[in-house]
Amino acid sequence: MSGVTRIKEFNLPDLGEGLTEGEILKWLVKVGDTIELNQPIVEVETAKAAVEIPAKWAGKVEAIFHEEGTTVEVGAPIIAIDTDPTAPPVAPSASSSGSEAPARTPVLVGYGPRSGAATRRPRKSANGTPTAAPTTERSVPPVAAAPVVEAPVVEAPPALVLAKPPVRKLARDLGVDLAALAGTGPQGSITRDDVEQAATPARPAPTTVGGEQRVPVKGVRKLTADNMVASAFTAPHVTEFLTIDVTRAVKALDRLRALPDWRDVRVSPLLLAAKAVLVAIRRHPMVNSTWAGDEIIVKPYVNLGIAAATERGLVVPNIKDTGQLSLRELADALNGLVQTAKSGKTSPADMSGGTFTITNVGVFGVDTGTPILPPGESAILAFGAIREMPWVHKGKIKARQVTTLGLSFDHRIIDGELGSKFLRDVGTFMSDPEAALLAWT
Amino acid sequence: MTKGRGAGGESAPEFVQLLTPDGERIDKVTGADGVEYTVDFTDDEYRGLYRDLVVVRKLDAEATALQRQGELGIWASLLGQEAAQVGSGRALRQQDMAFPTYREHGVLYCRGIDPIMPLSLFRGVDHGAWDPNQFRFNMYTIVIGAQTLHATGYAMGITKDGKVGNDDGEAVIAYFGDGASAQGDVNEAFIWASVFNAPIVFFCQNNQYAISEPIEKQTRVPLYQRASGFGFPGVRVDGNDVLASYAVTRAALDHARHGQGPTLIEAYTYRMGAHTTTDDPTRYRMAGEVESWQARDPIARVRAFIAKQQIAGDDFFTEVDELARRESLALRERVLAMPDPDPLTIFEHVYPHGSPLIDSQRQGFAEYMDSFEGSSH
Repeated sequence: MSGVTRIKEFNLPDLGEGLTEGEILKWLVKVGDTIELNQPIVEVETAKAAVEIPAKWAGKVEAIFHEEGTTVEVGAPIIAIDTDPTAPPVAPSASSSGSEAPARTPVLVGYGPRSGAATRRPRKSANGTPTAAPTTERSVPPVAAAPVVEAPVVEAPPALVLAKPPVRKLARDLGVDLAALAGTGPQGSITRDDVEQAATPARPAPTTVGGEQRVPVKGVRKLTADNMVASAFTAPHVTEFLTIDVTRAVKALDRLRALPDWRDVRVSPLLLAAKAVLVAIRRHPMVNSTWAGDEIIVKPYVNLGIAAATERGLVVPNIKDTGQLSLRELADALNGLVQTAKSGKTSPADMSGGTFTITNVGVFGVDTGTPILPPGESAILAFGAIREMPWVHKGKIKARQVTTLGLSFDHRIIDGELGSKFLRDVGTFMSDPEAALLAWT
Repeated sequence: MTKGRGAGGESAPEFVQLLTPDGERIDKVTGADGVEYTVDFTDDEYRGLYRDLVVVRKLDAEATALQRQGELGIWASLLGQEAAQVGSGRALRQQDMAFPTYREHGVLYCRGIDPIMPLSLFRGVDHGAWDPNQFRFNMYTIVIGAQTLHATGYAMGITKDGKVGNDDGEAVIAYFGDGASAQGDVNEAFIWASVFNAPIVFFCQNNQYAISEPIEKQTRVPLYQRASGFGFPGVRVDGNDVLASYAVTRAALDHARHGQGPTLIEAYTYRMGAHTTTDDPTRYRMAGEVESWQARDPIARVRAFIAKQQIAGDDFFTEVDELARRESLALRERVLAMPDPDPLTIFEHVYPHGSPLIDSQRQGFAEYMDSFEGSSH
């Protein structure tokens, strides 16, 4: 018997229909013991039962890979048995048989489990021949004085992401990019847990140290932090405020809700702000632009971002190319966007490519703020709460619906004059939308 | 006429017993059904029964070990129930048809089927590869109690075929457990068998547990008494007594083959191991109860009887142990050498003469398998 095959490793089997792991309760043998076939060697507790495992081979215990109390994955080696202990001892170097055995690190007693990932049979390429690895040498036909022909480098196909169909659907629903995940399932496949974890990174398990909570910074929180720091310290921000009487507009929204076509649509003041922004951008296109170092890129389209507080943290999905949308389409898109965000299903595509953002701080009951620009955008509007306030209306103090707008802009692109005109136009539209529509569109 | 189950002071079950746990032979016993039971075996036959019991237990232990070593997906051990299975299995005549559960490895052995067969099933290599018609032993049925209906239908069929009604008539035996006795299927089978006077023996191995549910929580009356409500005789036998199990089954089968209708046999026994390798019996029963049943071991009493009667000497027992060891080692080697099945075999035996849908699925799957490098498909 050769030295390679005489030492046999016993892998923890699935002891009960679909188990993935077991805990080593007690070793009944120790290294150096001589054991018989089917002699009980270890007690293992699984989710279903505590059982004794009988030895699969007679021989001498060569190594034990896991201490009592450790949880071992099904398929991992737990013990090595020398099946021919009377033969001369195997030199340690001989046990790793060249390329066949991947590197092993000693653990506890003996050698550790294999680190190599499970392999999958490669698929043939589309034309039926095996896909050549880039390093494969090809014999070049002996053409006279042929220049050195490099083996054609076949571009590796995009790495296959392993995930079961229901998991793929879940990822699609939650807006998680499977390719970006490291799977923890068998063969590195992506599990339901992996996807769910990726979708809710804003709620990492906090730990408490000496009464203080330590929340790991990752996921949406980390992304938000990076973006805010990048934006706040590269774009010189200016913020202006405007307080306006939106009583007429609120009444206009009420009339809108009463229209037959609009009966089933949620009409919110946010719709008014969005429409105002779109109309004002048409009058001042430079507000919808990006600073690109040596040039300013003015976008011909408006991808309107709406900042939303969600379970996952702050997400800013945007409605693509809003310039072409009717008011009704805009309302539907806004409602869809917010619902998707609240249910945590916003996809990465929904969040990229925004050109102007509205942050609706009014829903939290505050009046205004100094918003920070999303990176790549040159202006952002904070829309405060609408409150009944004393207001001078037609020469008298009246209770009117009043709100405050806050506009932050990138001073590299937008001067005080442009920023002020834009904010004033937004305010004018929101104060008297009918007149603004008649006058400007 | 022996003690009840467990260490507690429950009422003693009345059952037919021909061999006491101490190996004392009882000549004749009249069962609750009024029938007088006895056996008349030659020394050779006694030795044969002992050999069956020991080999069946050893093969079963090997299968359990193979499961623990990751070579079988699951195994339902018969440990403790050898006498009920060997006794009833040897009582079957060549022409009789048996419908097993998934635990009847002892009956399977008695029917002359290669004991590797259930192991290939539980290794996932095939769906059970014996020919039920050749061995007169149906496929293992995993669905609890379903085989009692199959058996009843089969029994009604052989009556219509005119194979019942004389000394050489055919009979059917359906195996099930105490847990299955609560299944609708089993109760329906009782009704059909009774009303149609089907030539069937319902052989219930009451091993005291429906997985983890003890018999007290399953029934208020002894199981064999249920038969009277359906209109046919019921009898309880000591399921750890291979002689009584044989005698009672033989009589019930003869009753059936003569056209006298069904019988329910409750073989009162005990499952010494787990329900299957997937459960842990220490979670639901006391060690003391298991010990009390160890004293009633089905093999020890036969060995004691053979020794006392000087039917065989120590060299015979050694010889049987060695035979069992050799057979179990051979079983192990053959299990480990089983080739993985060809993936396309999954499409076989779906329809006797093929089907366009299955054929196209087979072709599609073959092409898929063929798309892998190094594939021979």
